[in-house]
Amino acid sequence: MNRKTDFIKRFVQDFYLVIILVFLYAPIATMTVLSFNSSKSRTQWGGFTTRWYTELFSSSTIMTALYNTLLIAFLSSLIAVIIGTAAAIAINGMKRVPRSLLMGVTNIPMLNADIVTGISLMLAFIAFGISLGFKTILISHITFNIPYVILSVMPKLKQTDKSTYEAAMDLGATSVSAFFKVVFPDILPGVLSGFLLAFTMSLDDFIITHFTRGAGINTLSTLIYSEVRRGIKPSMYALSNIIFITVLVLLLITNFAPKRKK
Amino acid sequence: MSKKILSGPYIMWMIGFILIPLALIVYYGLTDRSGAFTLANVLSVTSPEHAKALWLSLGLSFISTVLCLILAYPLAMVLRSRGMGQGSFIVFIFILPMWMNFLLRTLAWQTLLEKNGVINGILTALHLPNQNLINTSGAIILGMVYNFLPFMVLPIYNVLMKIDDNVISAARDLGANSVQVLFRILFPLSIPGIVSGITMVFVPALTTFVISNLLGGSKILLIGNVIEQEFTKGSNWNLGSGLSLVLMIFILISMALIAKYDKNGEGTAF
Amino acid sequence: MKKTLSKIMTVGSLCALTLSLLSGCGKSAPKSGSAGEVYVYNWGEYIDESVIQEFEKETGIKVVYDMFETNEEMYPVIEAGGVKYDAVCPSDYMIQKMIENNLLAEINFDNVPNIKEIDPRYQEMSKSFDPENKYSVPYCWGTVGILYNTSMVDPKDVPTKWSDLWDVKFKDNILMQDSVRDAFMVALKSLGYSSNTTNEEEIKEAKELLIKQKPLVQAYVIDQVRDKMIGGEAAVGVIYSGEMLYIQNEVKDLGLDYSLEYVIPEEGTNLWLDSWVIPANAPNKENAEKWIDFLCRPDIAKKNFDYITYPTPNKGAFDLLDPELQNNKAVFPDVDSLKNSEVYKYLGDEVDSRYNEAWKEVKSN
Repeated sequence: MNRKTDFIKRFVQDFYLVIILVFLYAPIATMTVLSFNSSKSRTQWGGFTTRWYTELFSSSTIMTALYNTLLIAFLSSLIAVIIGTAAAIAINGMKRVPRSLLMGVTNIPMLNADIVTGISLMLAFIAFGISLGFKTILISHITFNIPYVILSVMPKLKQTDKSTYEAAMDLGATSVSAFFKVVFPDILPGVLSGFLLAFTMSLDDFIITHFTRGAGINTLSTLIYSEVRRGIKPSMYALSNIIFITVLVLLLITNFAPKRKK
Repeated sequence: MSKKILSGPYIMWMIGFILIPLALIVYYGLTDRSGAFTLANVLSVTSPEHAKALWLSLGLSFISTVLCLILAYPLAMVLRSRGMGQGSFIVFIFILPMWMNFLLRTLAWQTLLEKNGVINGILTALHLPNQNLINTSGAIILGMVYNFLPFMVLPIYNVLMKIDDNVISAARDLGANSVQVLFRILFPLSIPGIVSGITMVFVPALTTFVISNLLGGSKILLIGNVIEQEFTKGSNWNLGSGLSLVLMIFILISMALIAKYDKNGEGTAF
Repeated sequence: MKKTLSKIMTVGSLCALTLSLLSGCGKSAPKSGSAGEVYVYNWGEYIDESVIQEFEKETGIKVVYDMFETNEEMYPVIEAGGVKYDAVCPSDYMIQKMIENNLLAEINFDNVPNIKEIDPRYQEMSKSFDPENKYSVPYCWGTVGILYNTSMVDPKDVPTKWSDLWDVKFKDNILMQDSVRDAFMVALKSLGYSSNTTNEEEIKEAKELLIKQKPLVQAYVIDQVRDKMIGGEAAVGVIYSGEMLYIQNEVKDLGLDYSLEYVIPEEGTNLWLDSWVIPANAPNKENAEKWIDFLCRPDIAKKNFDYITYPTPNKGAFDLLDPELQNNKAVFPDVDSLKNSEVYKYLGDEVDSRYNEAWKEVKSN
């Protein structure tokens, strides 16, 4: 009796998981299939082709956008990690009032709607006379990336023991070397996860880039947006498939490789 | 003391690129083209077309949030019951689509839903009546649920994982049935996750202009579309800023909610 | 292309160089003002990309190319000056607005000798918005009409008038243009008014007509009309004449079992002209003139025509075309037959915002 209800429970659970999985993956699977369809039609299979992949790689617009996207993601998360980690250390040592004030401001870009952040940055750039372009996208991405770094580093900092740092100082280490030898190894996982988080946030951003981009510079997101409004090309399906595979492989490596060591 | 210097670059950055830009929105929102103070931009939200767009946005994002919650809570429960090993792999599978480009995900739904799209192709092959969802509010809700569902699942899952199994066993020993365990134990303990999930779905859904553009055929105007168009087409920045200020009120409400229910940041997705 | 690929490969190794990059990132970002660059702002899909490369090779000037989708979207960008462009390609009424708001620079035609290739007829047409032909050089022209799908429209229902777009038979099968002026032109013309009306009552009537039409409309789109019509998504759509050649070829290539036909409605339509202009704040004015001159060269204009298939005002390029194409009325309609058609005019800021408000009401309804 009990076993039977357990079985039914398990079955209902599995069924639910499968339904949601189908909902989540149907669009992605469709695009993968269509990316190999030689017919431009979405309902007829015209035979297998890799033509759209060739077209994708020979399009200098798409390749430049990909390059911009990666470069901006990399630079913005790196700079955000440097500024953010330094800030987290400083904030951690602060008294309650300035600390909660700073953390309050830190939360703004995370909780604010992207459209408001994007517009406000655009207004600021135009008011400061900074011409819109690569620079402004980079600055905007750093701005919304820093909070993610701070929020990843802070918990690790709270866990570190202040006395080890002080002990290192007592034993004659300079504050810089004490930091890098004692504190930094402890917070490194937080710094790394902050970097990764910032990197993916930057890769995925469209709205803020949409408002702060300038002449002749596209990231993948803004390029896709204009392409989609012009009519969907099969090379977009190919692009989607490549991104999916890359993400899958990267996530598999980062999520499961370290665990095996344990 | 020297540590405080480390926050220097960040404080400068925040002032330059968070506070001043926000101050500019407030300035633009409260002035007219000539720079004189006015409340007209903010109050224009009561004009019929803006009010309608705002109500529609509120309605659609409310429905999407509720749908996300209804879908996500049981999912998070199931994931919890699968324990760590198997569970974390399934969680991984569920958040994987979130790492795809947001626009590509929405584009995929366009491909699926269109009149001569994939779903109708399959339905026709099965001799079933075709669906007509594209360019309707239904398609926009679908797009929102699809895009924002992971933001609801993750915080709830994180909170549920922290609930000690012993608490549940204790409740059962004291004679609680499954329904009671759910409503008296699990649900109250997962409130921080639910609140943070709700705001993480509601705010982007309320302010989106991309989903309504791509899946609504520009027939449905949400408040996000109005603001975007004031900046990119209408060139009335004052009006756009004024409406953004109205939006920020809703964002402030959600910040307050988070502060109230999720004091320790337990419910954050990351 | 190989270059960009290898660039992507090296992103990984950039890690080492980051620190030096950090200090230099402000400088390495594109910056207008230095010699040897030209910032071009054009419609999407409105140039053969190889023309850009050819220009770069021939002159050594680097082209920074960017696209917009509607005139209304382009204007605030130029006005705000967030990016300073050197050559822009707006339509007639927008050029007039830019001239009246002092946003344009006079072109020095000594640097544009190929202006002689432009058919004087279009220079004449330009005078309606650029009275002395001082600011603009015609690039493409055309009409707006109705495209219909022969398999979805009964021969007896073939649209001939704008008012046919209010036929309930086409419910959910109509694609309307998603830009203020074009949408209002359709409604105003079907009411028998001028598409340049400033009369408040007439605008209101047109607005109500568009609201009435909304339940029948499948979607408001711009460039997507073309692909959606080819894909058989809708029965009728409002489209720019220049897409016809592409559509005809594509229908043939895909072996579709229907064809798409173009009609210029009886009530008359919009006759439009897109021209190159130079914004007043252009940092590289001479390069912009070189760019415009290059595009006026007959062989280049023909190459562009082959790609974008919009009628070219370039006499030299027109003469290079097949006689069959020259006589294709879907591509090159007789200007004289368009007697009820009008070129849009800029109607002043006040009327402009009246139109915008009315359009917003239509869209939010």
